[in-house]
Amino acid sequence: MCLSVPMKILEVSGDRAVVELGGATQEISIVLVDPPPVPGQYAIVHAGFALNVIDEDEARENLALLEELAEHHQRELDARGEG
Amino acid sequence: MRHLDEYRRKGLVRGLAAAITAEADPEKIYTLMEVCGTHTMSVARSGLRSLLPKNIRLLSGPGCPVCVTGVGFVDAAVAYARRPDTIVCTFGDLVKVPGSSGSLARERARGADIHVLYSPAETLPIAAENPDKLVVFLGVGFETTTPTVAALVDAAVGGGVKNFALLSAHKTMPNALRALCTGGVKLDGFLLPGHVSVVTGLEIYRFVPEEFGLACAVTGFEAADILSGILALVRQVNAGEPKVQNAYPRAVTAGGNPRARALVDKYFQACDADWRGLGVIPGSGLELREEFADYDALKAYPVEVGEPVEPAGCRCGDVLRGLLHPTECPLFERPCNPGEPLGACMVSNEGACAAAYRYGART
Ligand code: SF4
Repeated sequence: MCLSVPMKILEVSGDRAVVELGGATQEISIVLVDPPPVPGQYAIVHAGFALNVIDEDEARENLALLEELAEHHQRELDARGEG
Repeated sequence: MRHLDEYRRKGLVRGLAAAITAEADPEKIYTLMEVCGTHTMSVARSGLRSLLPKNIRLLSGPGCPVCVTGVGFVDAAVAYARRPDTIVCTFGDLVKVPGSSGSLARERARGADIHVLYSPAETLPIAAENPDKLVVFLGVGFETTTPTVAALVDAAVGGGVKNFALLSAHKTMPNALRALCTGGVKLDGFLLPGHVSVVTGLEIYRFVPEEFGLACAVTGFEAADILSGILALVRQVNAGEPKVQNAYPRAVTAGGNPRARALVDKYFQACDADWRGLGVIPGSGLELREEFADYDALKAYPVEVGEPVEPAGCRCGDVLRGLLHPTECPLFERPCNPGEPLGACMVSNEGACAAAYRYGART
């Protein structure tokens, strides 16, 4: 029941928004988010409500850090012939 | 970016697991507990345990809201379902949870009017279409879900809806964490629930490192998210510097979502709550405030329920405290399985027993 996933905001009108995930769209409420999201942003959606707006800069920075760390260790494994 | 598949990439996942293997001290055992049902499921599904060194022990805690909901709540829900002129609206997972005398599924088979909803927002249209019936919404869930139910109550109050009431078993994380810190298994750290934290922010966890010296990492739900949380915990334990670390920065901010919290505060107040496995934890539940008693099912439309009877032999209580692995329950698999669940932990997708059943014993 706790499933919450990032979905892309396509349209906003009043306190409703149309969001998309994997090609399927649905309408959700954005009453819980202040300031309201704008089209193009991603939001975590839970039980028909957006709970936040994803921070793209944080996301990019964090993923880059993880990728770098993972590559470093993967290289070490490869060098030892374990990868 | 879709903020989803990027964190499942095999190379990334394996590299992060290698980082954990490299940094974990082979002389130490790291006992870590995840307190979120979605983590339980995600760890099981992605087979992460097979990538991690043996000395990282991952336990499932009481983070599945359906699993921790007491038998008494199911009994009350069944009592509403049995009332004539009453419609029960609920999230799907609750339907199969056994109460003292059967489940909602059984009541539905007998003709009770039970609607399974994806969103609490679907409740009021049902109330509007059935003006001569009482519509009871079964509110379960943690800080992630409560704001969506507060929005439902807000809409009902705003619209002066007369035939809607809430049966609330909403729960909050901090006091349950405190109970886990003081009793049960000896832990080194917690993987904290990302989507609870989206709403609460980070401050509510501070007492865990400060009072109990346990490591904390807030994490997301993809394989790489969980591994980066585990890595953060391993590093904290190694350094002997427990703190609250945000390993899910794309979604969680230190302050959380104040607007969602304000809406919850407007309608709910803290109360004692009965947790399956943990018992009554003071101040760990939420009930509607006195001024909204007209919308509180138990106050406005009381039902008779007897002493709750736990399913015989079910060890959910021990599973939820990390004391027992699901496969160690004598009833696991036979007779208890997702088709014929005997206990709540086997019902919900996010339950530890259901995850162990679906994805194999070593989860
Ligand atoms: S396997 Fe079934 S009976 Fe045993 S603890 Fe889990 S839910 Fe309860």
